[in-house]
Amino acid sequence: MPFPERPTTVPFPRAPFHAAVAQVEPTLGNLKANLAIHLDAIESARNDGVDLLVFPELSLTGYYLKDQVAEVAEPRNGPLARAIHEAAGTMAVVYGFVEESPTARFYNAAAFRDNQGDVSFVHRKVYLPTYGMFDEARYFAAGSRIRAFDTRFGRLGLLICEDAWHLSCGVILQADGIDVLIIVANSPGRGVHEEQLGSRRSWELVTRTYATFLNVPVIFANRVGFEDGVNFWGGSAIVGAGGSWLAQAPEFDVTRISAVLDPRDTRRERILAPLHRDERVHLTLEELDRIRHDSYRDERR
Amino acid sequence: MIAIETNAADRRTDPLTINCALVEPLLVGFVRSEVRRVGFKKAVFGLSGGIDSTLSAYIAVKALGPENVCGIRMPYSTSSNETMDHGELVAQELGIRMMTISIADQVDAYFSHFPDASRLRRANKMSRERMTILYDQSAAQDALVIGTSNKTELLIGYGTIHGDMASALNPIGDLYKTQVRALSAHMGVPAAIIEKNPTADLWVGQTDEAELGFTYAEVDRLLARLIDERARPDELIADGFESAFVSRIGRLIQTSHYKRRLPLIAKISNRTIELDFRYARDWGT
Repeated sequence: MPFPERPTTVPFPRAPFHAAVAQVEPTLGNLKANLAIHLDAIESARNDGVDLLVFPELSLTGYYLKDQVAEVAEPRNGPLARAIHEAAGTMAVVYGFVEESPTARFYNAAAFRDNQGDVSFVHRKVYLPTYGMFDEARYFAAGSRIRAFDTRFGRLGLLICEDAWHLSCGVILQADGIDVLIIVANSPGRGVHEEQLGSRRSWELVTRTYATFLNVPVIFANRVGFEDGVNFWGGSAIVGAGGSWLAQAPEFDVTRISAVLDPRDTRRERILAPLHRDERVHLTLEELDRIRHDSYRDERR
Repeated sequence: MIAIETNAADRRTDPLTINCALVEPLLVGFVRSEVRRVGFKKAVFGLSGGIDSTLSAYIAVKALGPENVCGIRMPYSTSSNETMDHGELVAQELGIRMMTISIADQVDAYFSHFPDASRLRRANKMSRERMTILYDQSAAQDALVIGTSNKTELLIGYGTIHGDMASALNPIGDLYKTQVRALSAHMGVPAAIIEKNPTADLWVGQTDEAELGFTYAEVDRLLARLIDERARPDELIADGFESAFVSRIGRLIQTSHYKRRLPLIAKISNRTIELDFRYARDWGT
């Protein structure tokens, strides 16, 4: 049985919009300096007619926060959020911050804010990498929701870095009816054995895979700069629904990239390969349920 | 890139292969970022004329400009002419300022109290005298000390703690000696420096490989498999490494680990430095 189409509140047909990524270099734990970086980028993007500006993961705080996590956190409507909200004017913005909950849990979070229609959505990173060079679960609480949300640009999905390395996140968002996927990241550059940086090869694979198999454009925002010897390589990108490169940022440089995302292009791709239409979500659910049932049965043995 | 031989059935990359065109901007960006973010513009380093300090100097010059890099030759009375000449060659090639400060007086004054001191004690003392000079020049010149230890010597502990292992930042500490050679060739280090037999020049006729009892090429192949690819000892022996060599390198890594860590602190509070007082060094910058 085909999965029913999710009803959407988004007007249709939708107009093309000007999406951009601010590939910034945050300072580590210096909120004042990072807010200034955001306000500058917002002002310049607004002047250039950008409709949706996406900053990378933890763009307001920097990445290797460790014990600074609690010191730089704020509630989702805290003073930094308000400052960005105010500066954004008619432009929608996605940015990364440390969210403190009323019960003193700290989340690696990304917010979508749009004054037009007063739309606000916060995604809390579900998959906190805690292996090798990463130690996120030591400092952050894990999010527990993967949800799409309606905006004037269509229905959006928002993932934070490691979330995208779990294919289930993409599967859930596809079933939830997304039109555009935004992935914000702090990807460290490593792997220098081949022609391209290993991190770049991996993320090109991830973004193009999602774009191709979920039938959606993907906006990938990565940061640049160094923290304690670790480089963040940049290479932000905007990928069309069929997996074609619409814009790619250079490595290592502070810059902004942009592309016009036209829903008609996505429509064309979905006619060409209606993968999302044919997805058998009920079958997936049944099989997952069977696997869950089997594993519980095995545990009881 | 270093050319590697692969057959059709095995497309795995040699773990020692590096794409120098990727590595160079990473290391240059590292030095520029880590020097400037703490308010400095300049760097000093010990100019030994060896390949490691030369490569560090080439990276630092690209990051900061030749006018902001100073190489310091610190000879002892037994230092070889080649060491001095190659130091001068590097300074000329790069157009950087060079200083020459002998360590003979202070080393000899100290060991006049301990005439029977071993060669190892003398070598370590020399290394630490050089460190004190670099850190004094760091203060005098408003310049950070650039480290020159490669991954091979850091892992096997072939260095003096608080001596040549001391620095503010080290651009080449994640490069094995084999990779240092490849990147040096890529960045235009003079062939005479790349091709000469590596030596700490702490006594007459010393060479690294004679003292260690193995070549860098051998140990780098082993380390890349052991460290980077997490191969187990039995896999390394199956690869063709001698069992005794595998054991020896394993012991060297373990017994030198103290050199790669800060001093241990006895814990009594809820927030002990390192254990549960954790901040990045680049905190706030």
